[in-house]
Amino acid sequence: MGERVLGDVILDMKNISLSFGVMKVLNNISFNVRKGEIRSIIGPNGAGKSSMLNVINGVYHPQEGSITFKGQVRNKMKMHEAAAQGIARTFQNIALFKGMSTLDNIMTGRNLKMKASLLEQAFYWGRAQKEEIAHRHKVEEIIDFLEIQAIRKVPVGRLPYGFQKRVELGRALAAEPEVLLLDEPMAGMNLEEKEDMSRFILDINDTFGTTIVLIEHDMGVVMDLSDRVVVLDYGRQLADDVPDVVRNTQSVIDAYLGVSH
Amino acid sequence: MTKPIDKTAYQGVIAPDKSLDTFPKLLLEHANRRPDKVAMREKDLGIWQSWSWRQVREEVTALADGLAQLGLQRGDKLAIIGDNRPRLYWSMVAAQCLGAIPVPLYQDAVADEIAFVLDNADVKIAIVEDQEQVDKILETKEQCPQIEYVLYDDPRGMQHYQFPFLKSLDDVQSSGQQYNQTHPDFFQTEALKATGADTAIMLYTSGTTGKPKGVVLSHDNVIITARNGIIREQLTQDEEVLAYLPMAWVGDNLFSYAQSYVAGFTVNCPESGATVLNDLREIGPTYYFAPPRVYENMLTQVMIRMEDASKIKRKLFHYFLDHAKKVGTAILNGETVTSKEAWLYKLGSFLVYNPLKDVLGLGRIKLAYTAGEAIGPEIFDFYRSLGINIKQLYGQTEAVVFICVQPNGEVFADTVGTPAIGVEVKIDDNGEVLYRGPGVFQEYYKNPESTAKTKTPDGWVYTGDAGFFAENGHLKIIDRAKDVGKLSDGTMFAPKYLENKLKFFSYIKEAVAFGDKRDYSTAFINIDLEAVGNWAEKRGLAYAGYQDLAAQPEVYALIKECVEKVNEDLAKDPRLGHSQIKRFLILHKELDADDGELTRTRKVRRNFVAERYATLIDALYSEAKQCHIKTEVKFEDGRSGSLEADVILSDANTFPAVNPLPPSQTA
Repeated sequence: MGERVLGDVILDMKNISLSFGVMKVLNNISFNVRKGEIRSIIGPNGAGKSSMLNVINGVYHPQEGSITFKGQVRNKMKMHEAAAQGIARTFQNIALFKGMSTLDNIMTGRNLKMKASLLEQAFYWGRAQKEEIAHRHKVEEIIDFLEIQAIRKVPVGRLPYGFQKRVELGRALAAEPEVLLLDEPMAGMNLEEKEDMSRFILDINDTFGTTIVLIEHDMGVVMDLSDRVVVLDYGRQLADDVPDVVRNTQSVIDAYLGVSH
Repeated sequence: MTKPIDKTAYQGVIAPDKSLDTFPKLLLEHANRRPDKVAMREKDLGIWQSWSWRQVREEVTALADGLAQLGLQRGDKLAIIGDNRPRLYWSMVAAQCLGAIPVPLYQDAVADEIAFVLDNADVKIAIVEDQEQVDKILETKEQCPQIEYVLYDDPRGMQHYQFPFLKSLDDVQSSGQQYNQTHPDFFQTEALKATGADTAIMLYTSGTTGKPKGVVLSHDNVIITARNGIIREQLTQDEEVLAYLPMAWVGDNLFSYAQSYVAGFTVNCPESGATVLNDLREIGPTYYFAPPRVYENMLTQVMIRMEDASKIKRKLFHYFLDHAKKVGTAILNGETVTSKEAWLYKLGSFLVYNPLKDVLGLGRIKLAYTAGEAIGPEIFDFYRSLGINIKQLYGQTEAVVFICVQPNGEVFADTVGTPAIGVEVKIDDNGEVLYRGPGVFQEYYKNPESTAKTKTPDGWVYTGDAGFFAENGHLKIIDRAKDVGKLSDGTMFAPKYLENKLKFFSYIKEAVAFGDKRDYSTAFINIDLEAVGNWAEKRGLAYAGYQDLAAQPEVYALIKECVEKVNEDLAKDPRLGHSQIKRFLILHKELDADDGELTRTRKVRRNFVAERYATLIDALYSEAKQCHIKTEVKFEDGRSGSLEADVILSDANTFPAVNPLPPSQTA
């Protein structure tokens, strides 16, 4: 199926350091993400993976270092700015509206794309009506894509865990993001669910050309999926390369097999 | 026994026109006669899309012309693999228009099984649904060099596949459209060439033993059988069916394809395999087929949900359900009931039956069939008492389904009805059922040996099933002919018949009966952990798991009651009264496919079980009260271990049979 051609750098992290009080969570981390690639951040528990994702997403603001997104340098990127610029994410602990249906949950992902005023929406009139139909179409495409037609109308609180993860992915997709951040998309899943999720991630990347940054501590899955991998351990950056090289790096092996520090 | 058919109800349907003897001719006729009538629907992106007969003709024209461009010729085979998608059905008729022969395959078959059929059938072009199926074909490509093209319906995930023999159906159709512009007469000329005697389709039987066999059926076989079925049940162009069973199965080919082409009714394709129950509710079919398992699951769902309903609703539900049990079946059969009963039933329809049927998606059902396995009498009666005309039929791929069907008003839970129109049925000296009729298959493809074994020169086909005609003229199937044995007194022993009767009790999940060449019948029982567990909970019985529960004396008493009810029933049967179950045991473990005790489709592997538990069988034919057994088991993670238990053996009371010996009459 040929060599994958990666695009230009879309997101560049330079010398990022983040601490909470005296706790240094991230220590001088630098890596970049190219357009259209699947980029993974891996590491043992407490390595600083989620913090890194939160930095990209604008939840945390690093004390040092710079973030360049699409050529624009930002020291403090706010959460809603990140969303408006085309970064969407999912969470390690599912954050869905439990009482709402799958369809409605994914529809909330379209929020940023809705132009109609509050009044129009309240009365389902004017632009609101036309928009709703267009958005519903988009949402239905996502439902079809993720193969969740059977749970379209089911409140997500009643769904098994694997499906909730899929709905969350659907909501992130609904924003039509350029960059998709996935926080442990396969945590707590059985083998079959992991395989399904891997396939969806590859298909999203393939079909929509979405750049994907994902965090995972399951090494096996990551190595098969990713174009490039960053390895963190105790806030330090151990390696940044293609999976085959990372796999054979001594410091990475030590970190995973637990050599004393 | 068959009642005369009211031919007038059938007017306006083109089926009796004998000149329309092929599927292409039927398609052209519908496109002219009822161009705007909806022929097919599919739910896509949450909305039901529909195609009229004229649109179907256009789609099929483009497909056929495109396939002709790829070199598909008269007599070539075209494989179809996928879920029930409109374009896959159209591919079937497109192939027939060119005189090629469609060969639908089971979509969940693994690569090896697919490779066998593709090779055996000499398939030249394979049309598949999606990437999953394409991958399977690519895996088998080396074993099947004769395949020239693989065409896919759904382009998702296919961007990076670059093989010269791989094309999308979209591309095939657009090249067909172009060809059609320069050669507008090509399609029509080709479509009218075939006659009824030509081969219409090849269906591979799943084959529980040995390799699958390709059943060759002519247009006449399929169309005449479909038409006879329509006449017998007085179906019209206004029926709605849901196409959700595998396209490779003869039933789907008959109900969702052939009969639609004969009568002109609408076929609905569900959104996906997982949404079928929901789609059923939205479409509300008028004509429906489901195996007994589906009806069983629906009923269980209803009962579980009613348990959680409010007290008033529950009372109302049970009150009217009891009333329906009393008079519903009689009303459906057209018998007279008192006006008070009729009035109460009407009220029940308004308050309970109709809403319930709507929820199940069976609100508009005129006719529902079931077949394949025995259906529990309670389940059967439940649906019939609600006014749903569910009937059993007896069929085979080699007959294009219909051998026997239950006539309206003569529906019994334990028989499969009277011979279908044009079909003759007889029982040979060994008790095996044979039939002859218009649907009888031409041959097994490239397998004259099997053909000769199954079909006699004068057209009779051996079914492999043992059965007999009951006094009311209905056929009763008791078991596979090869499994039927004899007790030592010479009377008939039909293990599956006994097992089915046992399994109708919700407490019994699996049963294996023994008795061939023995003095009396015995049985192994697997209790249903959920049902018996609930029962135990309500009585405050504590248990630690299957093995513990199965050994409790209270549970033995419960199962003994079930066995004795079966015996009481058997005593009334003129042929099987002597095979009452004298002793039984509850197995210490559940029969499991991982241990080889069941097939993957959950059928008991009788001989294997008999061998594995030989000590238990010996104990059943002794005076022993219990028996120690050690069994090797495989755990789900692949490890194996052994399981030891002392299994209790229990006697059951038997009843005097209505038909005493001599055995010469009953054998």
